[in-house]
Amino acid sequence: MNIVDRGFMKILVTVKRVVDYNVKVRVKADHSAVELANVKMSINPFCEIAVEEAIRLKEKGIASEIVVVSVGPKSCQETLRTALALGADRGIQIEAADGLDSLAVAKLIAKVAKDESADLIIMGKQAIDSDNNQTGQMVAALLDYPQATFASEIVVENNVAKVTREIDGGLQILSVTLPAVVTTDLRLNEPRFASLPNIMKAKKKPLDVKTAEELGVNTDSNIEIITVMPPSDRKAGIKVSSVAELVEKLKNEAKVLS
Amino acid sequence: MSLLIIAEHDNKELKPSTLNTIAAAQKITNDIHVLVAGMNCQTVAEQAANAISVTQVLLADNGAYEHQLAENISKLVVDIARGYGHILAPATTAGKNLLPRVAALLDVAQLSDVIEVISNDTFIRPIYAGNALATVKSSDAVKVMTIRATGFDPVASQGGSATITTLEQVIISENSQFVSEQLAVSDRPELTAASIIVSGGRGMGNGENFQMLEAVADKLGAAVGASRAAVDAGFVPNDWQVGQTGKTVAPDLYIAVGISGAIQHLAGMKDSKVIVAINKDEEAPIFQVADYGLVADLFDAVPELEKSL
Ligand SMILES: Cc1cc2nc3c(=O)[nH]c(=O)nc-3n(C[C@H](O)[C@H](O)[C@H](O)COP(=O)(O)OP(=O)(O)OC[C@H]3O[C@@H](n4cnc5c(N)ncnc54)[C@H](O)[C@@H]3O)c2cc1C
Ligand SMILES: Nc1ncnc2c1ncn2[C@@H]1O[C@H](COP(=O)(O)O)[C@@H](O)[C@H]1O
Repeated sequence: MNIVDRGFMKILVTVKRVVDYNVKVRVKADHSAVELANVKMSINPFCEIAVEEAIRLKEKGIASEIVVVSVGPKSCQETLRTALALGADRGIQIEAADGLDSLAVAKLIAKVAKDESADLIIMGKQAIDSDNNQTGQMVAALLDYPQATFASEIVVENNVAKVTREIDGGLQILSVTLPAVVTTDLRLNEPRFASLPNIMKAKKKPLDVKTAEELGVNTDSNIEIITVMPPSDRKAGIKVSSVAELVEKLKNEAKVLS
Repeated sequence: MSLLIIAEHDNKELKPSTLNTIAAAQKITNDIHVLVAGMNCQTVAEQAANAISVTQVLLADNGAYEHQLAENISKLVVDIARGYGHILAPATTAGKNLLPRVAALLDVAQLSDVIEVISNDTFIRPIYAGNALATVKSSDAVKVMTIRATGFDPVASQGGSATITTLEQVIISENSQFVSEQLAVSDRPELTAASIIVSGGRGMGNGENFQMLEAVADKLGAAVGASRAAVDAGFVPNDWQVGQTGKTVAPDLYIAVGISGAIQHLAGMKDSKVIVAINKDEEAPIFQVADYGLVADLFDAVPELEKSL
């Protein structure tokens, strides 16, 4: 029976806790990492869009349950609570150190998605800290599910998701059979804000904690970060007072116009 | 060991980002193979064979590969992966869609957006919207990486003479179907390959006003780009977005008009050789990276600029 007729569709959404997008990070003096002490942390914006999309599918009566998952130390429970306040039903924290590589994260998420029999997995296209843009594709590969990345529209009909994707040349529409992985792009939706009553209610929603050992996933990495350096600084140039001066400089000084 | 590059193409033409990726590969090995998977893409294979430094082209020409579906091509790549120490693709939406899938099937990590090759196993990639550069070392048996084109000057597209070998494997996933595509047709250069870019932001006010920028671009042979705000507002199509989560560009000249200069926008253009900013707010952060800043109302400055070119 197809998922919509079955009347039960479970969506799994992943959320990552990252440095807030308004923060300009600084590299630590010893060049080991970026400074994260006393820096504002938030839900990764693309994950927020993923949560919103799942909630809309539930509001339309297409989805029946939304499970949010985050991989990381205890602090990411805060991110899960944010997602629960927005409207997710249940949270799972997979206890792990910060900085696992994407393959390890993908293995953990894939295992949970399998255990939960999720019909649709919605993830952000990119975490704005690592800028990896890979975890969703890896989850899809590990489960041998189809994928639709960089989504700007998702339409679920019967057993398929018709997804519009933002690609380099424009837009592409794919039809993927569920279960599938979809990753979100910026234009998919505009996330709502959580209301105060919902923030209170979220505190009572179930939140489970699991470990990599319990899930039987090996999270070792073959990637080692040797140094983290600041980029070479770009100095501000000069102000010109008119268009004529600008054109003159571009021709004679910068020599980028002929 | 040899290295495999997944070519970026549209079944007719090898895209320039492949040539940048070959340049990155040259720093790793001199046995460079290129996979051209598509449909009716023999000419692409010939172009790849002509590119400098390519030693072998593998051509998989079948309907299953026409639309670069990741489900199909990832398995094809894994099927031929034996013997390769590195598998590379340009960090385009196609490469980003495909390569992590390859990596996971091979049970190895992926390094995204590599901008510098230090050695066979050590690479530099930007993180946090380019506000930090991580040097990473991989001990994976196969190093799977996407290459950011702006980090490497393209190799010559002519002068090579690689052999072309045909692959017979046909891998079709029933779970993923191409439905349709809406691709922009434009006479202007592609954003990521243009030597001059004129970009507009929210300050443009609406989509029609972008015609002012297009007029400037046409005089300069430039591409037109945009900030996220301009795309979100529906002024221009999504594929014009420059930034952390859009396209990364590094032209000789980048003219930012009515763009404030948020971190996420700067991430996509701050490696441009010369940056010009036109903004009416003299405090706009874009001026901190601009070589030439003009504090002015764009509705006066842009038409004037167009006339003076
Ligand atoms: C997860 C995430 C990813 C993002 N990715 C990207 C990305 O890839 N690319 C990107 O660009 N942004 C991205 N952003 C958005 C970014 O944070 C900014 O919101 C965006 O870049 C702002 O666009 P803007 O400069 O056009 O608009 P604004 O910040 O509103 O700036 C408009 C500017 O126009 C000027 N202006 C207005 N009228 C005039 C006039 N008549 N003449 C002259 N100047 C005028 C104003 O002074 C102002 O400086 C991302 C944000 C998030 C959260
Ligand atoms: N530690 C994590 N916990 C939960 N989700 C994650 C984690 N890391 C990555 N993801 C998900 O994968 C997406 C892409 O991340 P990345 O591949 O790291 O850019 C993110 O937007 C999240 O949805």
